[in-house]
Amino acid sequence: MPTPLVELTGVGVRLGNTPVLAGVSLSLAAGEVVGLVGANGSGKTTLLRLVATLLRPSAGQARVLGADLGSEERYQVRPRIALIGHQPALYAELSLQENSDFAAAIRGIHNGRAAEVIDLVGLAGARHRLAGACSHGMLRRAEFARALLLEPDLLLLDEAHAGLDPSAAGLVETVVRTVTARGGGAIVVSHEPNRIGAFVDRTELLDDGKLEALRP
Amino acid sequence: MSETTPVSQASNRSAVTITYPSRPVASFSDQVKAIARKDLTAEFRTREVLAVTIPFGAVALLLVPLAVGTDTPLLQRIGTGMFWVVVAVFGVMVGMRRSGSDEGAPADALLLLGSDPAAVMTGHTLATTGLLLVFELLLLPVSIALYQPRIRGWWWLVPLLVLVAIGLGQLATLAGAVTASASVSTALVPLLVIPLAVPLLLAASQSMERLRQGSSIIGWLAVLLSTNLLLAITSVLAARPLRESPQ
Repeated sequence: MPTPLVELTGVGVRLGNTPVLAGVSLSLAAGEVVGLVGANGSGKTTLLRLVATLLRPSAGQARVLGADLGSEERYQVRPRIALIGHQPALYAELSLQENSDFAAAIRGIHNGRAAEVIDLVGLAGARHRLAGACSHGMLRRAEFARALLLEPDLLLLDEAHAGLDPSAAGLVETVVRTVTARGGGAIVVSHEPNRIGAFVDRTELLDDGKLEALRP
Repeated sequence: MSETTPVSQASNRSAVTITYPSRPVASFSDQVKAIARKDLTAEFRTREVLAVTIPFGAVALLLVPLAVGTDTPLLQRIGTGMFWVVVAVFGVMVGMRRSGSDEGAPADALLLLGSDPAAVMTGHTLATTGLLLVFELLLLPVSIALYQPRIRGWWWLVPLLVLVAIGLGQLATLAGAVTASASVSTALVPLLVIPLAVPLLLAASQSMERLRQGSSIIGWLAVLLSTNLLLAITSVLAARPLRESPQ
């Protein structure tokens, strides 16, 4: 059996004294895309942050890219994960290009890709605009550019289509396909299952902290 | 981490296991440079320190002579102490600037880039120290003009200003990281920094007093150096726990 990229078994997560996830089991194989749907407050973002290694499980077994999330192994796999969350992870005082250059500098990427990916997501004309002066949709595109730059093995998208205009809708699928074509996997959270139906292999419903298959 | 990490084959979902290269990150020093450059670029754009904190510091120095009158001997006696008090209090504001720490989504993204928390902390400290040095160098002539302190051996001010800037930079960055980690108001930063800045303030003001008397300040410089070393060790050790989510 191939090692799954993500393997959660009976995982619980508490934030402070509040249990947010309970008994969650999820597996993501290489090349697979899982859709995740659920009502507001059902724990979708917490689940993504757990898989991104930013939270630790309070119960159960959780392994991501082979690393036990309960141990310091999780630090080692972080550079192989990209998380595009609700809030833009860009510095408002830097331009879109400078944000991309910054990510490249931290990762030691010096191949000119930082500029190229900005063009790929259709932001060539706005590359010198400060992130603080960009619309939410433009920031989303810039984050997709960063995901393309970093070439993650695991892509986590929260509210995948939020803020994107119809012309950019195909961008989500393109980025997801780029990751899976390299042998990676993706978990895509969306309020609109119809919009992700075309490129997810299965969809899971998160309801009140518990996970159940929505569509086999 | 090894050079390659096993990841299962994607396309055919078979039991074939292939390897992909692990993701390298920049060296510690390159990460420090990237963080410091980012912070200074943000400061250049927002001018939080240059346009707000420095003028306020200069005004604070000006208020004292206005309050005590033109008693030149008194001003000469308290002038150096006033300079360091203003540097300490307004220096905290330099550390509290928005670009001095990372919070929320950018902080998460920085972790996922594989950054070393100690390098991030050092980068922020480097930028804060640079800004504090500018702050000190711009306020020093103001202080000299207003208080006319009689000091022998002005060249000793060079290591003194640098060591105080490094110490305050470390303290302010550490305090900013603590408040960011604990999700509490940055209003707590002065409460954390000022008491811990006492050794720096004491060493700086005592050094100036000894320079006024024409005595050596080597001993007080050693105190500053030791304090800075202690702060550096604390920052490196605390960096990872402060960066991780407390849950």
